[in-house]
Amino acid sequence: MKTNVRYFVVAGILLAAALAIFVSPFASSSPDGLERVAADEGFDGAADDSAVSDSPLADYGVEGIDDDRIATATAGVVGILATFGLGIGIFGLLRVMRPEPTSEAPADPATSGA
Amino acid sequence: MHVPDGFFDATTSIGTGVASAGAIAVGLRRSADELSDRLAPMAGLVAAFIFALQLLNFPVASGTSGHLLGGALAAVLVGPWVGLVCVSIVLLVQALVFADGGLTAYGLNVILVAIVPAFVGYGVYRLVRALLPANRRAVVAGSAVGAFVSVPVAAAVFAVLFAVGGSIDLEFSSVLTAMVGTHLLIGIGEAAITAAIVSAVVTTRPDLVHGARDLAVDLELRTGTGATVLEAS
Repeated sequence: MKTNVRYFVVAGILLAAALAIFVSPFASSSPDGLERVAADEGFDGAADDSAVSDSPLADYGVEGIDDDRIATATAGVVGILATFGLGIGIFGLLRVMRPEPTSEAPADPATSGA
Repeated sequence: MHVPDGFFDATTSIGTGVASAGAIAVGLRRSADELSDRLAPMAGLVAAFIFALQLLNFPVASGTSGHLLGGALAAVLVGPWVGLVCVSIVLLVQALVFADGGLTAYGLNVILVAIVPAFVGYGVYRLVRALLPANRRAVVAGSAVGAFVSVPVAAAVFAVLFAVGGSIDLEFSSVLTAMVGTHLLIGIGEAAITAAIVSAVVTTRPDLVHGARDLAVDLELRTGTGATVLEAS
């Protein structure tokens, strides 16, 4: 049976981390499509600072790490772990909350109202 | 395409927030039904991998960059409903931890980066699959076309929402043309990255690709039930 998802997931997380560590420091720092259009059309000034703009990881930097490449790589790995952890947590919780699948004789729906 | 705070008025921010919350609620419910115990970690991986890919801004024309939205990729890998939850998780981490995308703009970003790309991408994917033979090449082609189309459509939705509730009054056609024009180029990158990832996964583990379940079922039948079925097929 080709059921082992765990190896695949671990390999995927390692690949994601490798992208964050080795590739993201070389990503383009030009404004993205929306930022560029906002500047060209003259609505970029409407942007307000995020309420969390003083977060130690704001804008994918890391407070206390001056080397931009190391900071970007570190922020990326933290973000991958946070996203994965939150995802596993949420999807795992759904699994726990899901009622046991019943093959027959389902209980009367509580909403029947009859 | 992460909308910061301040681009949209309060009514639009609240309205899109409520709409997004509703879509996420349905997405969670569908995830509980669709995700087997086996595939729950796969959904976590999809979220984490899209976070990583969104870090990688690639240059497009004239001092502009773009990055993957990921909705179409997620939809092909885990289905549009689980996919929209995955991308919404990415957006939540980005907004809360990295100040990327405004907190009041979270609903807008869920619509533009998660919901629209996931469903437009998946719709186009199904259309392409229906037109092509049932094989892995069609899965990759459908993913590429779906991903490509999803980006300018999301850009157009931004322009419509900005005309309705943008904090600055601008000519709709001007914003629409600029947004769609720029994002057509970014869509090419979206298509290339999505095709590469889907191709890699569907080659190594077709059973883990939601959009290729029709192909994986054949394989499972042959290996799981023995020689008679193998002969019959």
